[in-house]
Amino acid sequence: MEGIVGYGAYIPRNRIKVEEIAKVWGADAPSYKKGLMLEEKSVPSPDQDVITMSVEAGRYAVKRAGVDPKEIGAIYIGSESHPYAVKPSGTVVAEALGATPDIHCADYEFACKAGSEGMFVCFGLVRAGLIKYGMGIGADTSQGAPGDALEYSASAGAAAFLFGNDGVIATVDATHSYMTDTPDFWRREYQNYPRHGGRFTGEPAYFKHTLGAARAILEKTGLTAKDFRWATFHQPNGKFPLRAGKILGFDKEQLEQGWLVPRLGNTYSGASPIGLTAILDVAEPGERILMVSYGSGAGSDAFVFTVTERIKEVQDLAPKTRDQLDNNKRYLEYGEYAKFRGKIRKIEE
Amino acid sequence: MLTPSKYWRESPQRYRLEAAKCTKCGKVFFPPRLVCDSCKNGEFEKTTLPDEGKIVSYSMIHVTASNFSDEAPIALGIIELDNGTKITAQVTDCTEDELAVGVPVKLEFRKVQEAGESGVLCYGYKAVLKR
Repeated sequence: MEGIVGYGAYIPRNRIKVEEIAKVWGADAPSYKKGLMLEEKSVPSPDQDVITMSVEAGRYAVKRAGVDPKEIGAIYIGSESHPYAVKPSGTVVAEALGATPDIHCADYEFACKAGSEGMFVCFGLVRAGLIKYGMGIGADTSQGAPGDALEYSASAGAAAFLFGNDGVIATVDATHSYMTDTPDFWRREYQNYPRHGGRFTGEPAYFKHTLGAARAILEKTGLTAKDFRWATFHQPNGKFPLRAGKILGFDKEQLEQGWLVPRLGNTYSGASPIGLTAILDVAEPGERILMVSYGSGAGSDAFVFTVTERIKEVQDLAPKTRDQLDNNKRYLEYGEYAKFRGKIRKIEE
Repeated sequence: MLTPSKYWRESPQRYRLEAAKCTKCGKVFFPPRLVCDSCKNGEFEKTTLPDEGKIVSYSMIHVTASNFSDEAPIALGIIELDNGTKITAQVTDCTEDELAVGVPVKLEFRKVQEAGESGVLCYGYKAVLKR
């Protein structure tokens, strides 16, 4: 049966705390920390972007899968911060992994849902028998305008999943996608930062689509929250995924392992995929996992996975997600963060 | 400044650490050469270098070229990889007081430089400290 054969996550080591951002803008840090349930977020170094993080996550996925990269038939990278406006990220990643030239590549965009789109398409191509292995990657160096509420959460990270039907560590039991035209968050051409609809991003956007996809896949499979050991939802802040899980009947213990946002921030296209990697790091054979992404604009992809015996052989073959989150951190002051994120206007050389 | 064609020609080495191993005496060359300087053999096989090693020497550059100014000061190191091959690479994501001869490193995929505001982005390996 088709499923995930390898996975990997990459999180940069730089962090900035909510207090450090709030201090600059005269904002009340405790209310942001309580209201959004955020403590700190990851920040990419100046020499890191979607391509570099995708390569690292992809290498970990190949290492865990133990396959020849030449057998990868497709690489799809979902992001809203591809380094080039015109030139694919996927070709660089495929070349770095050693998967070229007999491969199909595309860069996807669907706000924060672009990573799960890549996963969905790779799974479909494997199931159709068109490719042997396919890699779906969700990665972002998320943008948040200075002083905007998004600046407290927009962070960086990547997750890669290699799909196949040989050596599966988690079968894909069902998928469901749910989407409508809902303008809750967008970024126009040539704009550096996204705009959003404030409270409109909640009920008619995140909750309608996340819950819509989740309820549909539960109905399709005849499962309830009690049938799952783990669940992870898109995590734009700390509160939304916990509330979505609670509405669906999941308890905090089922959600906590994949709930990384308080100390990782919102990695946009990487958010629920990185949550899934953290779950796979500790999952036991036979456990069932629900993953539901969300992308503004708007839509959700839902997946039901069941972990296989092989998971125990691969968990220690590459760095684990929570180890990257908890260790080797370097805290930035706002000035250095602003330089790293290109927020300081300089003289052009 | 790297041109797209020069950058493209070097991508097997920059992206995948591909080296050439002399089929006669086994000496490894990185980047590859056309003739072995030990035995004068002209035939090589492709080999991939290990991505871990240690710092054998380094230097801090405080006044950088303009396209590295966001990262200043930068550390440039000579890295001895686990198979004995020595390469020159930027040591990134670290401060000067963390650097020392003998410190173990691994190679990560990073953006090496940008050809100005609108030119090609150049990627390759850099060393990061194993912590």
